[in-house]
Amino acid sequence: MNSRDPRLLLPPPIFDARCKACWFTLGLLLLVVASFWSLDLQWRAFFAADSIASMRRFIGEFFPPDLSAAFLTKVAWGAWETLAMSALGTLLAAAAGLALALPAARLHDSDRARSRAPTRLLLNALRSIPELVWAALLLISAGLGPFAGTLALALHTTGVLGRLFAEALENAPPGPGFALRAQGVGNGRVFLYATLPQVLPQLMSYTLYRWENNIRAAAVLGVVGAGGLGQLLAFHMGLFHMGKTATIIGAMLVLVALVDAMSFAARRWLTR
Amino acid sequence: MRIDTAPQRDPAWPGRVGWMLALLVLMWPLLVATEFRPWVLLDERSLGPTLGFLAAFVPPKLAPEFLALVGRETWRTVAIATAGITLALLIAVPMALLATRALSISALAGRMAALPFVLRQATRWALIVLRSVPELVWALIFVRVVGLGPTAGVLAIALTYGGMLGKVYGEILESGEHHAATTLLRNGSGRLQAFFYGLLPHSAAELTSYTIYRWECAIRSSVILGFVGAGGLGQELDNSMKMFAGGEVATMLLVFIALVALADRTSAWLRKALA
Repeated sequence: MNSRDPRLLLPPPIFDARCKACWFTLGLLLLVVASFWSLDLQWRAFFAADSIASMRRFIGEFFPPDLSAAFLTKVAWGAWETLAMSALGTLLAAAAGLALALPAARLHDSDRARSRAPTRLLLNALRSIPELVWAALLLISAGLGPFAGTLALALHTTGVLGRLFAEALENAPPGPGFALRAQGVGNGRVFLYATLPQVLPQLMSYTLYRWENNIRAAAVLGVVGAGGLGQLLAFHMGLFHMGKTATIIGAMLVLVALVDAMSFAARRWLTR
Repeated sequence: MRIDTAPQRDPAWPGRVGWMLALLVLMWPLLVATEFRPWVLLDERSLGPTLGFLAAFVPPKLAPEFLALVGRETWRTVAIATAGITLALLIAVPMALLATRALSISALAGRMAALPFVLRQATRWALIVLRSVPELVWALIFVRVVGLGPTAGVLAIALTYGGMLGKVYGEILESGEHHAATTLLRNGSGRLQAFFYGLLPHSAAELTSYTIYRWECAIRSSVILGFVGAGGLGQELDNSMKMFAGGEVATMLLVFIALVALADRTSAWLRKALA
């Protein structure tokens, strides 16, 4: 009988110094243990009897939600403001992203694309600072209110969309653009009549996807004072108006669910 | 046909301009609602402080004790994200197992029975609600209950990411190959056995890769959570911003960009190694 028969081989030992997965798992365990150990989390305080009782009282205060007409109008206005912030922020970002995607992409083979690396660096910097941090920074120059939030969303999303758009432009089929360029058509018109029509559906679908994300983000931006539902939430929670807080959280949930449904339908319509 | 008989102008021009104008009219209420007044940025009262703040960015503050503080807070940020994701797994894995249709025994014979169907649907709704409340709102609530500090941040990440991971785990398990699991279930194995030997081997790589991606997102979230008092880099950033300490803000923004890039690289590398 041949001992190299694969059916007779023993399974490999669980630990082996050359097994990358073992070292990875070990590292992961160390990271998790170190995290819990260094954070000195107050589980005892959290699970203590009086804390659980206060938690229950706290949740109880959420009910009944404040559904008076005056407050509902206020919440509806906040929701509209959130929606407008996210829509306008995404639109601005789509325009700025497209403008920055052109220098960030190598549009054809003989394009030397000198501006590619610096533009990508800028896009990465815009992208890695979250909306909320942008909003907190912008409060200084744009003041409290939805305008700062809109700009913050636009700045972060420009970074995200610019990079995605640049990749879409680079991956567009080169044929039509090449045909126009061979006829002596300039770069601008090649982009408008050959490249853009081909990538437009993809750009729209990226923009819609980001819009969906931005509504979630816009709902909480107000916590630092940048308008929308978040500002109402921070205000009423600060004053311990728990019934009103519950209404606002409910409105956030409804808004997010609505947008999810709309974006799903729109994307299905676009890719039909 | 000669080439110069082709129209010189864009034949669709009026339509395009018309659509643009219509869009602008539609956008008008948006501009009103967001108080869109770009000239505010160039106003003397806001331009002065802005330029002063930006001028203070250079040079970034690099005093050793400040760098030590930033290092400590950066580790806290990563630790909050890691601990949060670990707890999120404790929520997500059992709920995904409860919610997935791939482990239904009654569905083997056609339609799922009523009670399991209701249970699965309820679990799925619970996951959706957990996921739809933004982590910042959870953090605001927990800051009220357990006080300022990392506990609120860890709990907020655990709940939101528990919902996200649970929902996506369920979907990944359902979209994979079911044949092995169904065969095991038909032959009388338990659900857990069918999961470990039938479903998990197919989808382990995808599940791990999604978890790593979410860990990367959690690092970004944990910075943000600092702004409502959950500790870490975000809280220090917030403090420095309120004191208009431009140099400190610049250092922390740079550290933050580096942290995000590092998490990005690590996650991309790990996911590539898994594929």
